Amino acid sequence: MRNALLIAGRELRSYLRSPLGWIVASAMLLLDGLLFQVGAMGGAKLSAQVLADFFYYMSGITMVGAIALSMRLIAHEREKGTLVLINTAPIRDSEIIGGKFIALFTFICGVTLLTAYMPALIFVNGRVSVGHILVGYAGIVLLGAAAIAIGLFASAFARTQVIAAVLGAAILGVMLLLWMAAKVADPPVSSFVLALALHHERQRAFMNGVLRLDNVVYYVAVTYFFLLAAIKTMEARRWR
Amino acid sequence: MIEIQALTKYYGDRKAVGPLSFSIAKGEIVGLLGLNGAGKTTTLRILACDLLPSSGSVRVDGLDVVDNPDDVRARVGYLPDHPPLYDEMTVAEYLIFAAKIRGLTGAEARKRVDEVTISTALRSVRDDVISTLSHGFRQRVGIAQAIVHKPQLLVLDEPISGLDPVQIVEMRELVRNLRDEHTTLISSHFLSEISQTCDRLLVLRDGEIVASGTEEELSTRLLEGGSIIVTVRGDGAHAKRLLSTIKDVRSVEIVGGAPHASITTLRVDAPRDIREDACRTLVLADIGILELTRSERELESIFLTLAQPDGRPENGARA
Repeated sequence: MRNALLIAGRELRSYLRSPLGWIVASAMLLLDGLLFQVGAMGGAKLSAQVLADFFYYMSGITMVGAIALSMRLIAHEREKGTLVLINTAPIRDSEIIGGKFIALFTFICGVTLLTAYMPALIFVNGRVSVGHILVGYAGIVLLGAAAIAIGLFASAFARTQVIAAVLGAAILGVMLLLWMAAKVADPPVSSFVLALALHHERQRAFMNGVLRLDNVVYYVAVTYFFLLAAIKTMEARRWR
Repeated sequence: MIEIQALTKYYGDRKAVGPLSFSIAKGEIVGLLGLNGAGKTTTLRILACDLLPSSGSVRVDGLDVVDNPDDVRARVGYLPDHPPLYDEMTVAEYLIFAAKIRGLTGAEARKRVDEVTISTALRSVRDDVISTLSHGFRQRVGIAQAIVHKPQLLVLDEPISGLDPVQIVEMRELVRNLRDEHTTLISSHFLSEISQTCDRLLVLRDGEIVASGTEEELSTRLLEGGSIIVTVRGDGAHAKRLLSTIKDVRSVEIVGGAPHASITTLRVDAPRDIREDACRTLVLADIGILELTRSERELESIFLTLAQPDGRPENGARA
């Protein structure tokens, strides 16, 4: 764990010292603000609907931000030749992947936390429950973790950042669109495919303030699966 | 310290290394010499546990790199051909990070960083951001990260690559100064440089060792003499005539000198080592010898003879 935190600390500091971290954070916050103002707050709506719409827009922005930053986690180090430093240190591959994940997850959580003033603004002219806000944010954080894990796997697999971004976006896209595949399939396949979809039904429950254990388990499982795949990819690369 | 038995490494169907067997004793500085694509970097990466071998046994301090990779990594300091530097960090921050991921505590890391910045002459730049450093300093930081955890084995992949002549001399001195604390394996494709730093050379061609020994042993065994350069004071033409009379001398030519100071430089070519005979002949003729060395071209001849079957560089050699 100590090694994972060391890697996470260095990675997190690199976001704050490079323009990329600030640019992505600024873009995410700007888009969150614009979509909150124009999309979520547009027209006459119930306060709960405004909040649900806010979380809907925010989920998309979080996924894009997670993929944009995760593409560099391993592939960038491989391109720059710095991966060899941690690869030749007495650190397990799981600690390398764990450290990278912790760093980006912390960053995404930090950016997410900075949007908290937007739901608070709803209280000016409306009323929503704090529980709804917390559950919505829990959904965003869990979705962000899954997107980071997918991006991290793509970054461990790909030789370059660009390929990592394309691969990560492709996996994410397929997982997002599984609900469409479910529509054209017959039961029980359709139910199974729908259950695998990353956003559609899973995220809607969080947006509406409904915390369900199966949805939490699903996001944790997706995150765990792709982190494990990233670790195995790192191990396999040493045999190549 | 290092025992390698029948090591092979394949990239897909292409054999990069092997079968390769050699051992290195504790405290030795050994040079791994070969052209690009000879398998030097792959061998070093396997020793540093960055890659796993396809077959064979690689042991560092008695530990197998496949069975005990973490224990081996803790004993090895590795400088790849491009130093693995995080440009946004300062030198001190980077070295402390490198020390900590090798298992040192915060206090130990800071103490070691103080020591290595002195031994690698990095004190003046320890608070500088790495992206602002010159190539020579970056290479020094690379060495500093490799030794910061006091490894028993130091593996340096072409540490003089891209350095200017002054930096090369400094780097050579730095590596020599490390010999008391580390067993060192250095790769290079410059025989002239590596031979001055190492106790012993291993010449690699197509992933296999084709020769080993000191530069002297290699040249004696392979070239049985070759060219020598003699600088004399006095009558150059007379010296040329005398040298021509030495048994087995093929040719003598005047290649330079300073006529106003009666200094002449001659190249003598022979199929055996005639340095002793040349000295005796000139001294008996009362001709002052200012210098007598092997030709620098000689070193390249040795290298090409060893590295290439036909003695010519191969076009399109793999990296």
